Formats: sequence, structure tokens, C-alpha cells
Amino acid sequence: MTTATFNIWRGDAAGGEFTEYTTELSEGMVVLDAMHQVQAEQAQDLAIRWNCKAGKCGSCSAEVNGMPKLMCMTRMSDLPTDEPITIQPLKAFPLIKDLVTDVSWNYKVKKKIAPFKPRQPDFEDGSWEMHQSDVDRVQEFRKCIECYLCQDVCHVLRDHHMHEEFIGPRFLVYSAALEMHPLDTEDRREDLRETQGVGLCNITKCCTKVCPEGITITDNAIIPLKERVVDDAYDPLTKLVQLVTKKKG
Amino acid sequence: MDNYSKHEHDVLIIGAGGAGLRAAIEASAAGASVGLVSKSLLGKAHTVMAEGGMAAALSNVDERDSWKVHFADTMRGGQYLNNWRMAEIHAQEAPERVRELEAWGAVFDRTKEGKILQRNFGGHAYPRLAHVGDRTGLEMLRTLQDHGVHQGLDDYQECTITRLFKDGDRVTGAFGYDRESGHFRIFQAGAVIIATGGIGRAFKVTSNSWEGTGDGHSLGYEAGAELIDMEFIQFHPTGMVWPPSVRGLLVTEGVRGEGGALKNSEGQRFMYDDIPPLYENQTADTPEEGWRYVTGDREARRPAELLTRDHVARSIVREVKEGRGSPHGGVFLDIAWIKEKIPNAEEHIKRKLPAMYHQFMELAGIDITKEPMEVGPTTHYVMGGIRVDPESQMSTVQGLFAAGEAGAGLHGANRLGGNSLSDLLVFGKRAGEYAASFANEKGISDIDPEEIHRAEQEALDPLKRQNQSTSLNPYQLQFELQDLLQEKVGIIRKEDTLEEATKEIEGLAEKAKSVAVTGNRKFNPGWHTALDLKHLLTVAKACACSALTREESRGAHSRIDFPDKETGYWAKHTIGLRKGKDGDMEVVKTPIPEIPEKLQKIIGEQG
Ligand SMILES: Cc1cc2nc3c(=O)[nH]c(=O)nc-3n(C[C@H](O)[C@H](O)[C@H](O)COP(=O)(O)OP(=O)(O)OC[C@H]3O[C@@H](n4cnc5c(N)ncnc54)[C@H](O)[C@@H]3O)c2cc1C
Ligand code: SF4
Ligand code: SF4
Ligand code: FES
Repeated sequence: MTTATFNIWRGDAAGGEFTEYTTELSEGMVVLDAMHQVQAEQAQDLAIRWNCKAGKCGSCSAEVNGMPKLMCMTRMSDLPTDEPITIQPLKAFPLIKDLVTDVSWNYKVKKKIAPFKPRQPDFEDGSWEMHQSDVDRVQEFRKCIECYLCQDVCHVLRDHHMHEEFIGPRFLVYSAALEMHPLDTEDRREDLRETQGVGLCNITKCCTKVCPEGITITDNAIIPLKERVVDDAYDPLTKLVQLVTKKKG
Repeated sequence: MDNYSKHEHDVLIIGAGGAGLRAAIEASAAGASVGLVSKSLLGKAHTVMAEGGMAAALSNVDERDSWKVHFADTMRGGQYLNNWRMAEIHAQEAPERVRELEAWGAVFDRTKEGKILQRNFGGHAYPRLAHVGDRTGLEMLRTLQDHGVHQGLDDYQECTITRLFKDGDRVTGAFGYDRESGHFRIFQAGAVIIATGGIGRAFKVTSNSWEGTGDGHSLGYEAGAELIDMEFIQFHPTGMVWPPSVRGLLVTEGVRGEGGALKNSEGQRFMYDDIPPLYENQTADTPEEGWRYVTGDREARRPAELLTRDHVARSIVREVKEGRGSPHGGVFLDIAWIKEKIPNAEEHIKRKLPAMYHQFMELAGIDITKEPMEVGPTTHYVMGGIRVDPESQMSTVQGLFAAGEAGAGLHGANRLGGNSLSDLLVFGKRAGEYAASFANEKGISDIDPEEIHRAEQEALDPLKRQNQSTSLNPYQLQFELQDLLQEKVGIIRKEDTLEEATKEIEGLAEKAKSVAVTGNRKFNPGWHTALDLKHLLTVAKACACSALTREESRGAHSRIDFPDKETGYWAKHTIGLRKGKDGDMEVVKTPIPEIPEKLQKIIGEQG
């Protein structure tokens, strides 16, 4: 019978410490299974968030040996078990208890982004003509499961705590999905530049590396957004042309 | 003793899955003040897991499709136990609901003409499921969430409702606790909508998220609402079987929709061996014809792999039982074989089934573009739930509405794939609309302080017991219940084991009274599990009781002691359950409403 030992963060905003737990391993087990086993057998009140155990809901984010991961998609067999595995909560958000953090900031940020505003429907039944090639890019962004791993790893939030000035990679992806939606008529460029801090991203690509959905956050979403914002700010002619024709390029 | 916060809303919605969110949007649009409560964070509800698509006769891929065909398919799939009026409304209104999602920003896969693409699914005569790869639920939930949060509703995230309040025969509100802090909340409301989803967590092997503990079923039942069709639990034929930690995880029917073949250990496409008479005319004779159907040949009939879920699940059980299963007790599902038929099969599979590709790669180390998957049945969906009025979704309790998986009637004895997501939209909207007008008309009434006190005590009990020597671990009890249902109320049932199950559930209910949890009220999953137990036990009892009552085999309900489908009594009755005066579960058998002639004719025409 093989076992693994974990150092799990236990505590809340007032303080806490790593506590050691040892549990049995079985074939195919993921970190979330091990946490559940610890919960059922040794620590009933160990706080964990999870829903689907299938990598689809983005609830079970935590730092496994310092790496931001979905616990339900991290297999035990991919981790070294000769020394204790550290499990701790995301660092970019305030701690509630154990592995659970307060992610409400993300909901507030999202609500401030101007919502989808479609053009008039193309057909009488209220539908539109859109081709697959027009929506491929947007569909990539819409794969996001809001696990906030990218938010956790981005140094602007994690180390510099600029939560007031910067919406973070997740919401740059969200803005990109809206901005590049073929039907959308809203213009979010000023917000992106003035209050949402697109300029604060210095393209380290750390966010892209941790995204469990494989979204190319930096290259496909952030860089094109930066370009749009810059065009808009420094090129009055483009702005004028965009105003009289359709706004998006 | 005001150690709780109090909130007032015209409409209180319990559950923020597809049904709850759609209801919230509608009720807000009608001018009602809406409170939307969910046990998990917004955007994480079980709906997010839905993969294959939502069924609506948009006729974008095959113009022969229409609401009439969809209606007839739904009724046939449900073995005619469905509420015909719900099936009619659903088929008629689904297309508009899907187009509405697009207007709110959803981005479906497209046809060559630039319309919403539709895919094949079991039991649907034509390609009918609007989808986005195999992450349709995410697209739907996110669209509703992102639209909904701008409609002025108040959301209470990670707040669990444990009890409904009543005044006479009318519902007046609900009691809940915040998971984060353990803080109590009282909601006073003109109308309450239950949109809490399913009961999958009552079983050991399930595709459902942890939320599927049947809370709404049990809250409704306790408040006097009638539950119906609780014997009909859908076991999805294709769940993962290996490795053990992912047993039950869903493998979307979309795999078979794209041509995936079910094979036994002898390499045989066993689904072609046994085609039920009800589907003979619609099903391909050979795998060759089935493949032609998948590739869009309009003369070809559906592959046998796309027969209804109840039948496919039973066929798999048969193969395994007769010794032709796969190494880990399932059968093989092979999509890689299509490389014999099309160039770039590998790419095609990854594009059409990206989530499945990753799921098997990451969790089982299997490359589905090269090797077959191993699959077996998993508890997936409950057709049964709160009996509702087909137009308004109001239950048998005044002011209490239900929608989505927690409601019942649309699916009869077996749900067709894709008919749930559309159900959430169609009936979520209706529930929101009618609940808002009910609240508007009747106003808000007071909650009895005694009831509040009782609800509080009930919630605190497991914590108070923590130092007693007789105390039991809530997780352990939950596991025992799951094992029990899996074994005795599963795919194949019979009288003696169902009777045993009923007794054992009683026993567990007794034990549940001494469940204790350690720790305090702050984000304490042990406490949450202890409070969910009551609901799990109620639905477990309801399933066992209904299954024992229905002495025939129909749709998802199979009795080896009554292997045949009846044409007499049971073909015309639904089984209802309600809480009797003495607190016992009472069985009510109700004749199903006669299908009007014009709809009979439609069913006849669809052969
Ligand atoms: C893996 C998988 C794939 C599927 N694929 C498809 C598909 O392709 N097509 C299709 O049509 N159907 C599919 N289904 C079925 C479909 O997803 C579900 O039936 C549907 O999403 C249920 O939605 P709902 O709105 O009724 O409830 P849910 O989405 O389950 O939401 C329930 C809500 O209620 C809340 N809640 C529950 N109890 C309480 C309580 N006590 N207090 C407060 N809140 C509470 C939860 O937090 C949650 O917000 C699939 C199901 C699974 C498991
Ligand atoms: S690329 Fe930009 S958004 Fe992403 S982690 Fe780096 S700084 Fe943050
Ligand atoms: S972009 Fe990727 S990492 Fe960021 S929240 Fe979405 S899924 Fe998670
Ligand atoms: S539990 Fe849903 S992503 Fe891990």
C-alpha cells in the first residue's frame, strides 16, 4: 500500500499553519481525491471548494507544490511522493479558510465591464449570419472556466496587489471575447486603457502557462487588445474612420 | 434572538443553474425584485458540465425537422408517460429560447451557411442539438450569468437553503446558511422557485457534481409538494470506468453522435443485435448505414449506438454480465475507427470532441484518436421531481414553483439527450414569468418566528452533538447510502432488494440523527455534508418507494421480476409521492392526461 504525505495549509485570515496528513493512494487518483480522503478520515472541517471533479467548473484551484493548479486535474502519479506535497490556497485573493479564498473581487470586476451589445439581427427570426471562421477566436476565449489561476499567477495582482488598477488576465480575455465578437457594437477601449489597466501587463506570459483550458491569453487576447487601445489613443485618423464606418478591425 | 439577516424579495429562486438563471432573468424583466441563491459560486452550477448540446427544432441542418417531430421524439423517448402539454410547449418554444441565447452573446458552432450548427443525438430523428464543441453547458451558463448580473437581481452565493416556510397552504420564504461563515439568512418572498437540479449524488457512480443531493426535491416534499416519476433515474450508458478515481465521469453521447462505435471484447458492434420494436423503423440495419447517417446521408437511418439511453445502458450491462466486457467491467467505445473512413480523423476528433480528448488524455492516459475508451453506465439524471402545472410550473403548493431537473413531467420514463438544457430555458423562463405575476398579485406574507427557531435548531444540531460518544461521521453515512442505492436501486431492480433497500434507508435515517461534526460554523464541509444527508435520505426513499410500486419495466426503470412493458394500467399512470399527515410517505397514482387528437395524429405520422 502506497501513501502520500501532504502539508496542507490550515487556518484563516487570523493565522494558521501547515499541517501534515498522510493518506493512502489508489490508481488514477488526483489531488482532489486525496484531499477528500483526508477530509472524510482525518479532518472533517477541511475547507475545499469543488463542484465537478472534471476540470469543467474551475472551483478547485489551489497551489500544489507552489504551482497554481486545478486539484481535480492534477494526478498524484505526476507528483513526487518521496517528500511531502504542499497544498495551499491561491495567493492573489484574501483567505477565507484553509484552501478557500474570497474571489468576490473577480465578480465585481466583471460586472464593471460593458456587457455584450449586439447589432440588429440579420433575419426576421432574430438570428444572425456568422461563420465558423468568424467565431473561432472568440470561442477560444469563451472556453474560460473562471478558475482564476491566471489571476493568481500574474505578478501585477499577486505581488503588486494592483487590484484597483488592473482587471487581470482573466478579464482581459473576457474583454477580448466581447471586443472580437462579430456581433458586438460596444466600444471598451477607453475603459481598458483608463481604468482597467491593459497597459500594466508587461507580457510575461505567466498567465498563459497556467491556463488549464490552454487559452493563449497573452498572444491572442492581450496583445491584440493592447494594439487596439494604442491605435485608438494615438491615431485620430483611425478613430475617425472607425467612427464613421464600423468600429472594429 | 436576531442572529440572522433578513431579506425580502418578490421572487426567491433557489439554484443558479440554467433553470434558476433563466427564471431570474425573466422575473426581473417582469419587474419583480429577485433573490437568487446558490450553494456554490455563481457560474459553477452543475449545468456547466453539460457537454453535447441543447435540443431545439431550428431546422438549420435538416429542414424536415419541426416542433412536431421534436414533440413526437420526446414522447416516444419518454415511453408516453410524459406530460404531453409540457412536451408540446417545450418543442414549440425551444428554438426561440436558443436564438435568445445568441442575442445575449452565446457563440454556437456554425453551419456552412453561417447558422447555428446542430448535431445528432440519441432518439432525435434529425440533427437537432445546438452546441459548442463539447462544452455547451459552459456556454449556456456563462451567457445567462453574464446577461443576468446586469438585470438588477441580488445574488447570494454559497448560501444553502435548508427549509421552506409556509403559511397555510402557501409558501412564504426560506431559511439558509452561508457556507463561508455559517451565518443564517431568512428570505421572505411572494413566490419561491426551486431550481436545484438533480439527485445523482445519492448513488456511488455518478456523473453529477457534489451539488446533486436532491435538496429541492426534498425541500418541496417537506413543504407538501408532490413528487412524481421518482422511479425513473437515467443511467447514462457511457461513463468512464477506469481509473477508479474517475469512475462515473461522463463520456458525452456526442462521441456516438460523431460516429463512435460500441464494441464488446469480441470486437462486435453489439448494439445492432437487439433493436427495440418501437425504434425498428428508425434504426440502421448495419453499421455501414449508421455511418452514412452520421455523415449526413438523408436516406440513411440512425446508428444503433444512438438508441435511447435506457436501452443502450441495459445492453452494456448485458454484455458485461455475459462475459463480453472490457478489462475493467465496461465495454469499448471506439471513435478512433473513423480514420478508416475519413482523412484527418485525428484532427476531426480533437476539434469535435476537445474536452473528451483532454479528459482521457489527462485522467486515464488514453489517446482517444488512437485507442478505444472503456465505458459503462453512470447515474446521470432524474426524470422525476416536483409535479408542476405545465403552463406556469407551479407545484401543488401555492406560490412554490419548480423548473429544470428538479421539476418533472417533460421527460416521462426516459429523457432524450439535449432535452434538459432546452427544458431549463423553456420552463425556467415560464417559472420566472408566472412566479413574478403570482408574487405581484399575492404580495409577501409574514414568517412565523417559531418556524424560524425550529429551522435554526435543526441546522445547529449536528454541531451540538460533537462531543457525544455515539456520534457518527457524516461522510461515512453518505458513503453507506451511496453504496446502498447503487446496489439495490440501480439499473436492474427487483422486489426483494427494493424492500431491503427501503428498510436499510430507514435504518440510515435513524443513524443520521446521531451524526455529529467537528469544528465550527466557518466553511465546514463536514457540517454541510451532515445537513445534506436529510435531503439525500428523502430522495433515496422516494426512489426506492416508487421503484417498488411500478410493477413493470419501462424506460429507465427495469424490474427483473416484471421484465415487460405493460400496456394496461402502468402505461397510463404516474406514481406520485407526498408527505402524509402522520409524516409517512404516501403513494398517489394518477392517470396521465389523455393526449388530444391533434397531437395523437402527430405522433402517428412520425411512425
Ligand atoms: C456531465 C453531464 C453532461 C450533461 N450534458 C447534457 C447535454 O449535453 N444536454 C442536456 O440537455 N443535458 C445535459 N446534462 C443534464 C443537464 O446538464 C442538467 O440536467 C441540467 O444542467 C440541470 O440544470 P438545473 O438548472 O436544473 O440545475 P443545476 O445546474 O444542477 O443547478 C442547481 C443549482 O441549485 C443550487 N442548489 C442546489 N441545492 C441548493 C440549496 N439547498 N440551496 C441553495 N442552492 C442550491 C446549486 O448551487 C446550483 O446553483 C448533462 C449532465 C451531466 C452531469
Ligand atoms: S502576461 Fe500580462 S496578464 Fe499575463 S501574467 Fe504576465 S503581466 Fe500578467
Ligand atoms: S483564462 Fe484560463 S486560467 Fe484564466 S480563469 Fe480562464 S480558464 Fe482559468
Ligand atoms: S472541481 Fe470543477 S474544475 Fe476541479
